[in-house]
Amino acid sequence: MRRAAPLLKPQDTDAVRRLLENRNFLGFIFMLPGSVLLLLFLTYPLGLGTWLGFTDTKVGRAGQFVGLDNYQFLLGDAVARLSLFNTLFYTIVASSVKFALGLWLAILLNQNIPFKSAIRAVVLLPFIVPTALSAIAFWWIYDAQFSVVSWALMKMGLIHSYIDFLGDPWMARMSTIIANIWRGVPFVAICLLAGLQTIPPSLYEAASIDGAKPSQQFWYVTLPLLTPIIAVVMTFSVLFTFTDFQLIYVLTRGGPLNATHLMATLSFQRAIPGGALGEGAALATAMIPFLLAAILFSYFGLQRRAWQQGGSDK
Amino acid sequence: MSQDVQEVQDTQGMNYLVSLPRRVVVIYLPLLIFLIVLLFPFYWMVVTSLKSDAELISVSGNPFWLIDPTLMHFKKLLFDTDYPAWMWNTVVVSVVATLFSLASSVLAAYAIERLRFSGSRQVGLGIFLAYLVPPSILFIPLAYIVFKLGLYDTRWALILTYPTFLIPFCTWLLMGYFRSIPFELEECALIDGATRLQILTKIVLPLAVPGLISAGIFAFTLSWNEFIYALTFISSSENKTVPVGVVTELVEGDVYHWGALMAGALLGSVPVAVMYSFFVEHYVAGMTGAVKE
Repeated sequence: MRRAAPLLKPQDTDAVRRLLENRNFLGFIFMLPGSVLLLLFLTYPLGLGTWLGFTDTKVGRAGQFVGLDNYQFLLGDAVARLSLFNTLFYTIVASSVKFALGLWLAILLNQNIPFKSAIRAVVLLPFIVPTALSAIAFWWIYDAQFSVVSWALMKMGLIHSYIDFLGDPWMARMSTIIANIWRGVPFVAICLLAGLQTIPPSLYEAASIDGAKPSQQFWYVTLPLLTPIIAVVMTFSVLFTFTDFQLIYVLTRGGPLNATHLMATLSFQRAIPGGALGEGAALATAMIPFLLAAILFSYFGLQRRAWQQGGSDK
Repeated sequence: MSQDVQEVQDTQGMNYLVSLPRRVVVIYLPLLIFLIVLLFPFYWMVVTSLKSDAELISVSGNPFWLIDPTLMHFKKLLFDTDYPAWMWNTVVVSVVATLFSLASSVLAAYAIERLRFSGSRQVGLGIFLAYLVPPSILFIPLAYIVFKLGLYDTRWALILTYPTFLIPFCTWLLMGYFRSIPFELEECALIDGATRLQILTKIVLPLAVPGLISAGIFAFTLSWNEFIYALTFISSSENKTVPVGVVTELVEGDVYHWGALMAGALLGSVPVAVMYSFFVEHYVAGMTGAVKE
């Protein structure tokens, strides 16, 4: 990248002034506050976490290097294996539903409707309020004795006794997934809506002149043009869902019978109240390969984007 | 990215071809159901927080409706608990963490995008990767570090750790904004003898105000909503933030004070909701911008 060289007056050539025009020196100074903080509180903990996973550190006691003992222990631990299953189940089910509902909502919001911008603003509310607090509302909605959902279903005559939403393992899994979907759909919908708005309407006009039915327009115009942004949005969605913590912590704390423990909540429980920092760190580190897979997916999603927009691949 | 939103507002070319009854079934009805489901928990929060304890556990009558509204739960929350302190902590932590992150992100984004120092591309990619590191895998080693630094159970623990997710986000977003500012403006200023710092404060920043607002609003709500760090690094009640305080302190044993819990959840959501309502467009631009760049 070439740029016009700054014009310096002859008498102005003292070292400080020249140093301040040097882009490497100035770049270093500008990067300093952010990178010091990120190195100290992001990069270092990332390495430290991996290291702790190989030690038997407890709260208040420095650990010894124990190699793969933690991982071996976790592999043989039924609760840890269950948490892996729960995490995958939670992520796959919640993300697919969030994608389907989010895309549907985005398409609805992209129509010509009255109060369009107000509706869009309201739709995002579940995403912006603190998850821990909206989870409390769900906790109350899922209450075994006073659930308003049970009450309504009873009045409609659909069920005969109150549903124990958070007491039964599969019921609890589905209930937490529904709460997660409720929170995640607005994010997916608003991001996909931004993508939908970049598709020129002339493409739909051309397609319909060629005789394409609405379903064909969706499959052959909307989806291919939306693929890059779907890839990115879903990567984020999968990342958030896979590492979810607050919703489970508030609703069930991993119960009943560990049926809703995700890897994040289990590593918290083992490390902080349980005091086994090494074991918790190993559990957290075990999430990294899955996250890397999601990030690589995003990378290739982004690569494809330049080509799809008519630009050339770099 | 912001012009995308406006550009396509009035371009729904072929909608007149769809008849009204069909539109009702295909568009308005599903949209109405979506809205009811998405907003019901908020309605439920409001209604519950205004009901008296007796009304909450009564099985007769319609639970969807309020018979005898009362403010007792709010009164209890504000005068008998540490709620005001949690609120104050959340405000202080969010504001300080946001301002610090915004300042260092402006410098970093400008350096990466415009100074183009050697290795700036790699640093930019590193920032993006840092954005993808979730707090759930960092909190254990961070707790260890916070403890070693003697910051455990202080606001500083949160003020220093929140920027780990705020700086990557803000920098990434601002890089996109700075990219849209024409080079020529800076070149003119350079020829006129302006220093880099002058260019940044007098030319680039005024042009990037929408981006700064987007990043600031989004960063503020992210720190307001943060849960796992605040839960791990803070132990005494008077140092907690609202989300953690409501979840951990308002539940006494097996007795759930649903009215107070809902009032706490409601009051804790109102500041971000108000902030959001003032800056909806900026917030959406920030959210979609970070995803689209």
